[in-house]
Amino acid sequence: MAWETIIGLEVHVQLATRSKMFCACPNVFGAPPNTLTCPVCLGLPGVLPALNKQAVLFAVKTAKALNAQVHPHSLFARKNYFYPDLPKGYQISQYEQPLATTGKLEIETPGGTKVIGITRLHLEEDAGKLVHEAEFTRAGVSYVDLNRAGVPLMEIVSEPEISTPEEAMAYLRALRELVRYLKVSDGNMEEGSLRCDANVSVRPEGSRTLGTKAELKNMNSIRFVGKALAYEVERQVRVLESGGKVAQETLLWSEKLEKTLPMRSKEEAHDYRYFPEPDILPLAIEGERIEALPELPWDKRARFKRVYALTDEESGILTEHPALAEFYEALVEAFPNPKTASNWILVELLKTFRPKMNRLDFFPAVSPKRVARVLSMIEDGIINQSTAKDLLARLLEEDFDPEAFVAQQGLGQISDEKALLAWIDELFERHPSQVNEYLDGKEKVFGFFVGQLMKMSQGKANPRLLNTLLKQRFDARKPAS
Amino acid sequence: MPNLPFLTLAELRSGYSRKEFQPSEVIEAHLKRIEALNPELNAYLEVFGDGARDRARALDKKLAQGGPLGPLFGVPLAVKDVLCVEGTKTTCGSKMLEPFIAPYDASCIRRLRDQGAVFLGKTNMDEFAMGSSTENSAFGPTRNPFGLERVPGGSSGGSAAAVAAHLCQAALGSDTGGSIRQPAAFCGIVGLKPTYGRVSRYGLVAFASSLDQIGPMTKTSEDAAILFWAIAGHDPKDMTSSTRPVPPLEALFGQDPRRFRLGLPKEYFVEGMDQEVRDALLATLAKLEGLGIQVEEVSLPHTPYATAVYYIIATSEASSNLARYDGVKYGFSAKHADSMLELYERTRAAGFGLEVKRRIMLGTYALSAGYYEAYFKKAAQVRRLILEDFTRAFEKVDAIVSPTTPTPPFLLGEKIEDPLTMYLSDIYTNALNLAGLPGMSLPIARTGDGLPVGMQIIAPAFMEERLFCLGRLIEELTNPPIQGVPFDQPIA
Repeated sequence: MAWETIIGLEVHVQLATRSKMFCACPNVFGAPPNTLTCPVCLGLPGVLPALNKQAVLFAVKTAKALNAQVHPHSLFARKNYFYPDLPKGYQISQYEQPLATTGKLEIETPGGTKVIGITRLHLEEDAGKLVHEAEFTRAGVSYVDLNRAGVPLMEIVSEPEISTPEEAMAYLRALRELVRYLKVSDGNMEEGSLRCDANVSVRPEGSRTLGTKAELKNMNSIRFVGKALAYEVERQVRVLESGGKVAQETLLWSEKLEKTLPMRSKEEAHDYRYFPEPDILPLAIEGERIEALPELPWDKRARFKRVYALTDEESGILTEHPALAEFYEALVEAFPNPKTASNWILVELLKTFRPKMNRLDFFPAVSPKRVARVLSMIEDGIINQSTAKDLLARLLEEDFDPEAFVAQQGLGQISDEKALLAWIDELFERHPSQVNEYLDGKEKVFGFFVGQLMKMSQGKANPRLLNTLLKQRFDARKPAS
Repeated sequence: MPNLPFLTLAELRSGYSRKEFQPSEVIEAHLKRIEALNPELNAYLEVFGDGARDRARALDKKLAQGGPLGPLFGVPLAVKDVLCVEGTKTTCGSKMLEPFIAPYDASCIRRLRDQGAVFLGKTNMDEFAMGSSTENSAFGPTRNPFGLERVPGGSSGGSAAAVAAHLCQAALGSDTGGSIRQPAAFCGIVGLKPTYGRVSRYGLVAFASSLDQIGPMTKTSEDAAILFWAIAGHDPKDMTSSTRPVPPLEALFGQDPRRFRLGLPKEYFVEGMDQEVRDALLATLAKLEGLGIQVEEVSLPHTPYATAVYYIIATSEASSNLARYDGVKYGFSAKHADSMLELYERTRAAGFGLEVKRRIMLGTYALSAGYYEAYFKKAAQVRRLILEDFTRAFEKVDAIVSPTTPTPPFLLGEKIEDPLTMYLSDIYTNALNLAGLPGMSLPIARTGDGLPVGMQIIAPAFMEERLFCLGRLIEELTNPPIQGVPFDQPIA
C-alpha cells in the first residue's frame, strides 16, 4: 500500500532583543549560571511582568513577512504547570487571541515551489534550564540555571501541510533564513535559539481521514529533524502494515540510538489551565509603528538570479545571510563580473564565512572593495590565480592594500618570455628522460613540467604564457615528421 | 508635648514644621506603645526597632537643616506583611514564606521611603490575604482593640488594629475583596481601596492579580487622602498601573460634597444585615439629607452573583499566583523528599494553611479542562455585568453608599469553622474589586456594646476625591468613635 505523510511543525524562535521579555536582564547566551537574573525572572513574591516592546515589534515584523494577519488586539495567557525550571509555576504565553494568524511560507521542493500555511504566531517567555550532567554535579543531582528564564520566544505553528521530511527541512531552512533577514533572531538550532517540535502521522494514499499523530521533540538541528521524521514515518508505516495502531504520544528523538523513544506518560499528562494573564493588559498594536520590511530572502534570491544571471544554487547560497548577499552586491559593484565574483566567493571565501554565518551579527571579515581589486588584478594579468588565492587568504586575516603588497613583495606574474624560456631549458637539461617520455606520446608528463616551472618561479609564472612556451619548446624537439 | 501617637498626619506635619518635636521622639513614642500593647494585640509580626530609630535620627538632622517638609516626612507607618520591604522578612502570614527575606522594595514602599516615611514594622494578616478575621495567620490571630475577644477583621487585621490602637500613625493594607475596608470598619478607622490601577502592585505579593490593590488605613479621611496621594501614580514596573495623572493633594479636597447625589443600592438591604448596622447607616444618611444632600435608591441587579463570581475569579488567579511556592527556590522547603513531585507535594501540604489550600483547590478546579467555560469564563462574563450595574448607577448619582460589613466585629473562633459564613463578611465590598472601583470605609457609629460600625462610600473609577470630601463631611457630622478605645491612655 502507498502511504501519505502529514507533518505540522511548531517552531520556537528566541528573539534577539537586548533584554528579556518582562525584565531588564540582558538577553545573551552562555553566561555563567544564574548571573543574568533579577527578582522578576526569578519569580520572587510580588514581582510583575513589564512587557518588552521590542519583542512585540519583532514578532509583528515576522508575522508581516509571513503574510499573516496581525490582530489589533491580542491577549497574554498563563500556562500553568510545575517544573523546577519554571520559576513562577506558569509560563506567560498567548492562547486565545494570539498576536497573528493565517500566514504562509514558500519553500523549495524538488517538484517546485510549495506554499505551507502558518496557523498562528504568538509570543511567550522561555523557561530556565536544568543541568543534569555537568562535571560539577553529583550523580542524581540536578541544578537549575535561570539565565534563560524570561527570554522572549516567538512560536510559529504551521498547518499540517508538510508532506515529507525533506519539506520539513526546507521549511525550517526558509524560516531560519527569514528570521535572520529580519534580524529578529540568529536562528541557531545548536544553541537553541530556534527549536522545533513536529506532529507527524501517516495515512493510506487517497484517504481523507487523518491518521493518529505522534509529537516529536528533542531535535537539535535541521538534519536531526529530517532523520527523526524519516524514522518516525517508517515506524508508523511498519506499525500500520503489521496491523497495529499508532499511539497518540510524545516521542523524543535520540541521536545516539537514531530512533524515537516515548516520553514517560507522566511528563505529558498536563492540563495547563490556561487563563488570561491578569498582570498584562490586552496588547493593542497600532499599524503605524511597524517599520518597513527589508527585502525578503525569496525576493532577493529571485532578483539575484535575474539581475546577475546566477543559477538557483548560486543565488541560494549567496542569499543565505543578508550580510553575505550585501557583500556580494558590493563586490559586483566594484568588479562588474557577477559570475566570476560568485565563483570566488563560493570557492574561496565561503569556507571562512560559513562557521560564523549562524550569527545575526555575522559580517564578512574582508572588505568587498579589496576583494574586487584582487580579482581585477587577475583580469589584468598582473597576478595569477594562485597568488590571488594567497592574497584573499591573507586579506581574511588582516587588511592591507593588495596592489601595493603585490608590487612590494614582487608577486606580480612573470610574463618575461626570456626568463621563462631559460627555466624551461634548465628543466629539460635536468630531466631528459621525462622529456623523451613526452616526446614518445606520454602527454601526462606535461603537467610535471608545469608544476616544476611554477615551483621555480615561486608560483608567479604567467600560466597561459608558460603553457604556450613549453609547448613551443617541446614542438621544437619533436622530430620532424 | 502632645501625646504623639494620637496625632493625625496634618497635626504631625505642623508639629514638625514648628519644631515642637522631632522624628526620633515620635518614633520612640510609637515603639514604646508597641512594646507595651503589641503582646496583647499581636498586630505586628515584626518591629523594626533599631532600623526605625536609625532612620528617625537621620530625619532629625534633616529637620534641623530646615527646608520644606513633605506630608510624609517623619510619619511612622505600619506595613502589612504582604508588601516587600528590602532586607526584611515578608511572610504573608504564612509558614511558606517564614524564612523569606525580600531583596527589593515594593514600589509604594520606595515612594514612601523617598518622601521621608519611617516604617515601624510588618503587620499580621490572614495567610496570603485570604480571610476576613486575621485568624488564618500562621502566627496567631490579631485581637480587636475595641474588644480583645473579637476579631479585627481581615485580611489586613494587623494594620487595622495597629492604627486603631495608635501603634502607628497610619498603615498600608491590601484589598482583594474587602481586606482593607472590612477590618477598617471592624476597628473603627478609615480604610481606602483605590481604583484598580491607581497604585502600583509591584512588590505586593499577589493573591488575585486582577482584584488586588494597595491602600491606606488611617485615623481620618484626610490622612487617607495624604497617604493615597503619596503612593498613587503610574509605575513602569506594573503594566496595570494607570498613566492617568494623580491630582495635587489640595484637589483631593476640592469638591463640595453638599452638592453630591448619593445612591443607596436596594439589593444591599438583605437578610443578614445587622439591625444596629442598618440603623447607623440610615441615621448618617438622614444627617446628610439634613444638609441638603440627595439620597436616592439605585439598583445593582447583579449583586446576588458578586460573591460567587468573586470566589471563582479570586481563587482561580490565586491557584496560579501561589504556584511559585514549590520549595525549590526560596521560602519553606520540605525535607527528605525523594522526588521532585514529592518535594512539591510535601512542601505545599505543610507550608500552606487550610484556607489557602481550600482556595488553591477551588481555583484549580475552576480553571480545569471541562470546567473552565462553566466557571471561570462565565464568572468573567458576569463580572462585566457587575461593572455595568455600577456604570448605570453612576449616571444618576455621584457616589454610592452602603454598610461596609453586614455585622459588627464577631468573636474570635465564631466563624472560622464555617468558611461560607465567613465569606459573607465581604458581600458589600467584593463587588468593587470586581468592578475595579474605589471604595472607602469610615467609622460612623458604635453599637450598644461599643463596637465600631463602618460605612462604605463608592465612587466611579479614579474619582477618589469624592470619597475624601464626603468622608470629611461625615466625620464632622459624627462623633469619631475612635475616641475612647481601650488603649487611649499615653504609655509612660
